[in-house]
Amino acid sequence: MGEEEKGKRAIRFVPDLLEMLSRFQELELEDVLIEAEELELDIQPTTLAIPPTAPPTLAPPEKVKPTELMRVKFTPPVMEYPSKVLEVKLGATKASGGTRGKTVVVGGATSPAFYTFERPPPNIPAISLDVFDTKEVPLPKAIRMHVEEVTDDPAEWAKLAVEKFGADMVTVHLMSTDPLIEDASPTKAAKTIEDVLQAVDVPIIVGGCGDPKKDAAVFEKVAETAEGERVLLSSVTLDMAEAGILEGVANAAKKYGHVVLAFTALDLNLARELNRKLYDFLPKDSIIMDLTTAALGYGLEYTFSIMERARIAALMGDPELQHPLLSGTTNTWAAREAWLKMGPEWEPRELRGPLWETVTAVALLLAGVDLFLMMHPAAVRTLKETMNEFINPGKAESEKLANWVSAEI
Amino acid sequence: MAKAEISPIDIYKFLPRTNCGECGEKTCMAFATKLASREARLKDCPPLLKPEFKEAYQKLREMLKPPVKEITIGAGNKAVRIGGKLVMYRHELAYHNLTPIAIDVTDVTSETELVKRVKRVEEFLYKYIGRELTLDAIAVRSVSNDPTAFKSAVDKVMETTDLPLILCALNPEVMEPALIASHERRPLIYAATTDNWRDMAELALMYKCPLAVLAPNDLDLLKSLAKTLTEYGVEDLVLDPGTFTGDGVSDTINNFTMIRRAVCKGRDETLGYPLIGTPITAWLEGEGKPELNAWREAYVASMLMSRYADLLIMHSLDGWVQLPTVVWRFNIYTDPRKPVAVEPGLRVFGKPNENSPVMFTTNYALTYFTVQSDIESGGADSYLIVIDTEGLSVQSAIAGRRLTSDMVADAIRETGVEQKVRHRHLIIPGMAARLSGEIEELSKWHVKVGPTDSSGIPKFLKENWPPKED
Repeated sequence: MGEEEKGKRAIRFVPDLLEMLSRFQELELEDVLIEAEELELDIQPTTLAIPPTAPPTLAPPEKVKPTELMRVKFTPPVMEYPSKVLEVKLGATKASGGTRGKTVVVGGATSPAFYTFERPPPNIPAISLDVFDTKEVPLPKAIRMHVEEVTDDPAEWAKLAVEKFGADMVTVHLMSTDPLIEDASPTKAAKTIEDVLQAVDVPIIVGGCGDPKKDAAVFEKVAETAEGERVLLSSVTLDMAEAGILEGVANAAKKYGHVVLAFTALDLNLARELNRKLYDFLPKDSIIMDLTTAALGYGLEYTFSIMERARIAALMGDPELQHPLLSGTTNTWAAREAWLKMGPEWEPRELRGPLWETVTAVALLLAGVDLFLMMHPAAVRTLKETMNEFINPGKAESEKLANWVSAEI
Repeated sequence: MAKAEISPIDIYKFLPRTNCGECGEKTCMAFATKLASREARLKDCPPLLKPEFKEAYQKLREMLKPPVKEITIGAGNKAVRIGGKLVMYRHELAYHNLTPIAIDVTDVTSETELVKRVKRVEEFLYKYIGRELTLDAIAVRSVSNDPTAFKSAVDKVMETTDLPLILCALNPEVMEPALIASHERRPLIYAATTDNWRDMAELALMYKCPLAVLAPNDLDLLKSLAKTLTEYGVEDLVLDPGTFTGDGVSDTINNFTMIRRAVCKGRDETLGYPLIGTPITAWLEGEGKPELNAWREAYVASMLMSRYADLLIMHSLDGWVQLPTVVWRFNIYTDPRKPVAVEPGLRVFGKPNENSPVMFTTNYALTYFTVQSDIESGGADSYLIVIDTEGLSVQSAIAGRRLTSDMVADAIRETGVEQKVRHRHLIIPGMAARLSGEIEELSKWHVKVGPTDSSGIPKFLKENWPPKED
């Protein structure tokens, strides 16, 4: 026994010893604790050190130590909620007045996100991939390398997103309409949307440029051109309400059968306020909420918590928050850690970037997002695989982890 | 949903009520409020620790006891506290004790490699909004199943670092010599299982170390083991319901969630211990490519932290894997009651004069520190106006109307920058381009739209400063 171990209480006990002891229930294990110095126990692993008898001088144990596993049951803590999230259908087939080959239903949650022990989600979250209508929007290298061939043509880009990257939907960002970029006309924007609708048969999201007035004009025009297609107009805001132009957009959405995305910045009271304004014009199942997605490292925790709050509030019966949640996960790429060349210890950024988007996505998946706007194919694939795993519980095999500790990696 | 809220009045009843101020608060009532919001600890009140208050102290301790027990691993200033969670959802209060990340080493690694790896763990550092993000512990795994080899690996690790240890060996005979050598460092013993629990319990009691309990995807067994070990007298447990990263990841997230809900909402005391996640298991079914395993390990780690893991064991030390992991960890452990903000006002970089550039940004800590470090890296003497956006970034603040042209114009006046420079040229963040016209109108300053990412500031200034007078 080494110097530093002298004086420590040490006892060799092996399963055999424990078995022997358990046959003599009156003999408590505590009674056989032995001062190491007294007995000079050998701590060689192969040596059994069975004390001849329990030293009678030790105090009796205060508590009887169990000798057998005390079997108890774990009861899954399942809860009931008074309410649920609305379902919103995106895209319309010929039978319902559109031309889409596929439609997507989002929302309908009856439990917090993926509490599959409670009840499975009625719909798996959908993923929409980003397409831009202008090359003026700089793309990070990790993204550009996957879409380089098609950045001139939104329709081709949309095809690539659906056929190669498995997008459930496509978001066409009409950035060219930005007065600070190309100031393209609503008519030109509507033409782009028509082209994309021709090129793919999935539902689409029409993204504005962020200028409230211009967006309103573009959305009204696009709504008319894409009549019956049940596109998602992204987005309508309280700024539009203030400028008195929300009504026009909402009415156009209603008249031509579309859905609107209600965007507010990380504030549930504002989200409720905007929804209330929209209820004047639109049926409730034509509204999806965007509560703002901040990138990982740039406020993602605010997004995460506000989404958890919104979802729980909806399930608990708040009538103004029962809309599906959308996340502009693409915002991840605003985080410099997603694209910036850093020191060699943080490379390769070709992996760091998509992982940044993936982590943002999986965190928000667990907060309750129903519809993701995403960009990197690897992040999309990972999220899809994860969701597929999530809705197929019961595949864990205990033996697989029984001895992970000694695995060679 | 129920909140873990305790009324300050109920706490106040048990305090000394002398308003002595030793805790740093003016009154006992103020201290009670701090205790209720968990911003103060009982030991901050010295009189309460005196014998005459023993009963009151016990009462308060019981009242304030978190549903998830707080457990310390390690000793000295590198020790980590895990668990101590008061709530299930972050927005109900805040999460406490950020999830430590332990990196594995094994007893079949060569000594040189082991030391190198431990040093890399120690040296891992990312500076983020004025904080240092680090890795926190070493998990030594017994691969050889040889007590001597395991002990010597543990010895070597202890010789190299003060970081807390997790001793991973399911064979008690392998565990004991290493534990004898390291118990004063209070390592976490990993782990008690259905096969070895009595031996492991004895070791935990004898060497007074916390004990992990492993029952992969079997909550009946996990709970049975937790109950049995508690009865046995082991007070500090850490529970591992198993981390499946591919097939079974659904069960894993369910298990973590069910346990935490049972504890926080159902007051299940048997399972009221910290949870350990092991994303390292992503490497078990290696598809060959290490990048794929590391990728899976990384996002599973973030999922587990989002769903209640209080401690993680990981394998990859790659920066691209650990960076998002430590950033997300820092983020969800911030206090949602306090925006991460810096003081608004005028900041001075270098030695600016009356011709130096003037820029502005918001008071969101991350935005501010990023801009600060970018300006400093370029070395330009300049002024930076920090505007109070209630802790929002430029983009979010504009969208949420917490950054408006009026506010920019007001800030120019209030900071007195007009007395400091002779020119009237303001460089605004690229993200605020939309406000440029209005700012010019309201402030009567010329506006130049700067880069959308502040890393472009040095280059921007080189090319655009001094401005050409119009």
